[in-house]
Order: sequence, then structure tokens, then C-alpha cells
Amino acid sequence: MSRPKVAVHKFSSCDGCQLAFLNLGESLLQLSEQVEILHFLEAGMSEADAQVDIAFVEGSLSTPDELERIKQVRINSRYLVSIGACATSGGLQALRNLDGRHDEWRDAIYARPEFIQTLQDVKPIASVVKVDLELWGCPVSSNQIVAAVRSLLFGVAPVDDRDRVCLECKRQQAVCVMVTEGKPCMGPVTRTGCGALCPRFGRDCYGCYGPSETAQTDTLAHRFAGLGLMPDAIARRFLLINSQAPAFLQTGRVFWHSGQEAEDD
Amino acid sequence: MTERRIRIDVPALTRVEGEGSLRLKVVDGQLVELGLSIFEPPRYFEKFLEGRDAHEVVDIVARICGICPIAYQVSALNALESLATEPLPHWVPNLRRLFYCGEWLQSHALHIHLLALPDFLGFDSAIAMAEKHPEAVRRGMQLQALGNELIRLLGGRSVHPVGARIGGFHRAPEPEQIGPLLDKLREAQPLARDLTAFCAGLKLPDDPQDFISIALTHPDRYAIENGQLITSTGLKLSAEQFEQHFHEHHKPDSTALWSDLNGEPYLTGPLARLNINYQQLPPVIQQSLTATGLQLPSNNMFHSLIARALEIELVIHEAIDILQAYQYPTDTGPQPKLSAGVCFGMSEAPRGLLWHRYEVGHGQLIKAARIVPPTSQNQARIEADLHRSLIAFGLNRDEEALRLRAEQVIRNYDPCISCATHFLKLDVIRS
Repeated sequence: MSRPKVAVHKFSSCDGCQLAFLNLGESLLQLSEQVEILHFLEAGMSEADAQVDIAFVEGSLSTPDELERIKQVRINSRYLVSIGACATSGGLQALRNLDGRHDEWRDAIYARPEFIQTLQDVKPIASVVKVDLELWGCPVSSNQIVAAVRSLLFGVAPVDDRDRVCLECKRQQAVCVMVTEGKPCMGPVTRTGCGALCPRFGRDCYGCYGPSETAQTDTLAHRFAGLGLMPDAIARRFLLINSQAPAFLQTGRVFWHSGQEAEDD
Repeated sequence: MTERRIRIDVPALTRVEGEGSLRLKVVDGQLVELGLSIFEPPRYFEKFLEGRDAHEVVDIVARICGICPIAYQVSALNALESLATEPLPHWVPNLRRLFYCGEWLQSHALHIHLLALPDFLGFDSAIAMAEKHPEAVRRGMQLQALGNELIRLLGGRSVHPVGARIGGFHRAPEPEQIGPLLDKLREAQPLARDLTAFCAGLKLPDDPQDFISIALTHPDRYAIENGQLITSTGLKLSAEQFEQHFHEHHKPDSTALWSDLNGEPYLTGPLARLNINYQQLPPVIQQSLTATGLQLPSNNMFHSLIARALEIELVIHEAIDILQAYQYPTDTGPQPKLSAGVCFGMSEAPRGLLWHRYEVGHGQLIKAARIVPPTSQNQARIEADLHRSLIAFGLNRDEEALRLRAEQVIRNYDPCISCATHFLKLDVIRS
């Protein structure tokens, strides 16, 4: 039996999720024995148009060319797995979708904007092609990647852990930073996967894994107001790395540009 | 007249260089035109930073680059903390350096083993190389993993770490975490020494050329996390003075801005740093340097590989020193308030100088941001190097040989483009 074929594709991103492969160390060599990696530019494989069993896709769609390229990746792949916040929700760069000021931003940075071909709005992968599995996180962890590959290799449905960071925090017996220190923690509405990293470091979660299941975002926004956050500060909690994830967008929009923050005293 | 047009396309790429091409026009054996064009989808970080709270900046700018997030965090912190109303707690500066040592270690180890060595040993990828040179690949992975572990000590995870904040760190390492890490660092010292000797033993092209080197420098130590900027042309500048001498341009067909130093291309990165600061290497690493036979300052860009290996030795040495002296602080200190104003910060990312400027308004909101990353600074230098190197190499060689040499030349700068092994496709038109 031939080994399953794998490709890793990059779209608009920081490359950090691809490091979930490159940081595997010895396991990367084992992985490359179990599967045949045909395309992975960072690791030196370059067969962008190869037919594969699993395509991992990092990054969001932010240019006309990327829209075409992702369609070809879909045609060439049995399973398409989007990895990381950019691929699953648009990522940080999707903040440009909020105010519709793409052209203004472009012209402020580039002296020759006519050479810049970008889309007005940044799109997650699943808004353009069918995605079989989404791995959330900014960045995704090596564990998520390995677990996904194993599940797909064994033909079982991958576990989609949509629990809240809060529950992981309790399991880790971390002290709640919202209860004890009044920090505006996104843990109650954010998907687990990081191991409750931020609370364990004594800081508030900033939502890099995107919304959990049944995220009570409006309730949390009220709680933030109770902690003394001004409306714009509440909006910024929800509208950061996963601003286009519907649960975060809906609540964040309510407070976005809704008032100036009080001056520091 | 023979005209030979070679188009080299970069298919799908990374942070600074996404799609690019190298155009060579050769007429009667003379190189009459060489143009490196870059297209990476712009993400407009400088614009969406506007209106964000200054305390959010470290988590945002980390996402500019997954391979060197700490460089972005520390340059931003150097800038923003200059507006803080109180000084950093005494334990913080050393741990910032330690944090940064972890990033140099993982990034340099990744570069040497996964990206550069396959070129010199004749393989397509490190995975292919692992069959013939398992010990070299394992050594690289061990060093890379150790760098990641150092980052995790202070940041929780190695990509987009969460530990750094204005005024220090959210959490200080527990005393019991230090011992096991020190053991691993000491075990890695002979590996790093071997790596330097291994790199120095490779048959590297001898290709001297003139260029300006720039690097941060510090009176007490080999500059990493902060310092003053000096140039081999004799300038000594603070971060505030950067914009008076360094300028960015937008070239057609490019989304990366190109920098120059008073109109001239210049080099930033490991070889430039070593050329400027080598006398500050600790004595034990001076010995390693002497053993390589490398004469400094060097004007052979291929010595960048050896410079990276020496810097790996350096950061392991520095990390051991810092951890040995570490004392657990009783508290991590307050989150400082920032006064309004314009602030500047810089540091030495693994691949070179990274400069930031922020305008902070009342209420600690960012009003404007400007970020000049290392790869855009090296762009003009890469183009000048390609021009020289390809002529020296021989323009009449076949396309495959030209492409491989061009890739090797570009990879010396460790731009994000180097992530791809065969990132240059040739499309040759002869007429």
C-alpha cells in the first residue's frame, strides 16, 4: 500500500502554523515515513499541483490570485484541513473588514497602490471552498496537527474539541484571573486547545482559539462592562485575532466605535 | 546580438516575499538588467494597530512573523516602555535577553539545518538529507527544540508566546524550572561547537564583495535585545535618528518596501553583526571563531552560515550565564502607565535589525505605527549581490545552475523567502 500523500499550502499568514510541523523534531521524520509529503515549501517540497489525500491550508484569502489557488487545492485534495486563525476565521488581517477602509489603508502604506492586488475583505478558507476539518488556534499546536493526521490515517472522525478555555483552566487548577484580579478574560467564550496558557501565566485569555460552542458572548460583554471596561475596550476584546468568527463579530460589533474611552487618570 | 531573458518565478511564499520574480536580461554576454520583484499579500498591520490599546501591541505584532515573534515583541516593548512612567523591574532586562536567546537559537538552528545545509550537501530537503546525515539533522532538531524550550519558559509556547508585557513578563519562571534547562544547555554546548566546525568545514563559495554592514552595538555585551545602531560607514545612531538616514521606497510590482542608508544598499543580519561586534564574543567562543580560520570583518556573504553557528554558541553561553544568576522575584511588578508621545524601539531579529515607531495618544491608544523589518532592509543588498554573484558565477551557465546559485545567494540573507527550497522557477526566453 502506498503512503497517503500530504500537502501543506500557505496563503496570507505569518507562517507560524507551519511551524507546528517543523517543530515536531524527531516526530517530523516519523511523520514523513508514515505519509508522503509532496508539497511543503518551508520544508523544501514543491509540488503545488500534486493530487493529495490531505491538504493542510494555512492563511486566509486576501488576493484575487489566492481565490483561484484555493479552488485548485480543493480539486486536488481528498481532505482539506484548514489550520490556524487566518485559515479558519480570516485572522488578524481580517480586522480590515470591520471599517471597509481597505483602499485608504493601502494608499497610506504604498506609494504605488496600482501595483497592489488585494481583496477589499479578507476571507476564511471555508467561505470559498468546502473544508473537511478546521483546526483553530493562533497558532495551532503540534498536538492538534498530529492528532488530525492520525485520525484521518485511521479513517476515524477527528475529535473536535469545542470546550471552553474555562473548563481547561479548572482542570489545570489555575486561579481564575477574572474572579481574583478582575481581568477581562475571554476564557468563558473561547475554544480550548492551548491548555489554558494565558490564565496559567496569570493573564487574561485573548481569544486566539476562536469561539467555543454555545459561547455566551453577550453575557461576557456585560460582565466586562461590570469590570469597568468602556465600550470600545469591550469591542477590542472580541475583535482581535478571530474578529470574523460570527459569535465574536456579533457581540464586538455592538460596541465597536460606540464611544470614546475615558482618559486615563 | 543575443538576448537571453530569464524569468524566475517564486510560486507561493512566505511573509515578505510571496510571489516574486527575478528578471535577468543578458545582451552579448553582459547583464544589462536585473530586477527582483516581490509580491506577498499585504496585511496592513500598521493600519489596524491604530486605535488599539498600547498594551495589546505585543500580542498583535508577534503575528507579523511566526518565526521571529519575539523580535517583534521586544522591538515594540523597547519603544513603548520608553514612555512608561517607571523603570523596568531589575530582573526583567536579563530575562528579555534570555527570551531573545531562545528565538535566535530556534531560528538559526532551523535555518542552518532545514533550509541551508541541504543546499551545501546536495539534497532537496532536510527530510531527504536525514537519511544520509541523520546526526546532522538530529543535532539541528535538538538545538531548535532547546531554543523553543527557552521561549516556552518565559512565553508558554514557542510560536506567538504569551508571557511578555509592557513592564516585564506576566509570570517569572519558577526556580525549579531552571536546573533541568541548565543541564540541557550545557549538554548542547559541545553540539554547538561541533556545528560551528562543521559549517566552517563546508566548501563555501569564495565570493568577496563590498558592502556596508549595520548592526546594533552595546558597550557591555554582544547586542541582541537592544543597543545603539552603528554602521561600517561610521554612523552611530539612536532609534530616534533612524529615519534621518534610512529611507523606504516602493518599487513597482513589489509589496515589500525597499530600504537604503543614505541612498546605498546595506547588510543587516548575522554576518553584519559579527563583523561589527565579534570582539565582544565571550573568550570561549573567540576560541571557536579562531578555530574556524574566519577573518573578520568578512566580505563573503556565504560566511553568514558560520556567523549563525557562532551566534548559536553565543546564545547558549548567554542563556547559561543568565539562568545561573537568576533569582526568583517576589512579584512581577505593576503594569506601568504610559505617557502620550512618540516612541522608538529596535532590536536584532535573527535575520537583522527590526525598527519600530509608535505614536501613543491619550488613554494609551496607538495613533500611528511604523515597522521596518529586516528583510525589506536587505532587499536592495540581495539585488546587488545577485548582480555581482551571477556575473562571477558565469551568465552562460544553464538555467538550472543559475537558479540554484541565485537561490543560495538569496538564502544567505535568511529572508522568509529562504523557507522554500526550490522557490525560483525559471522561464527562459531566448531571441
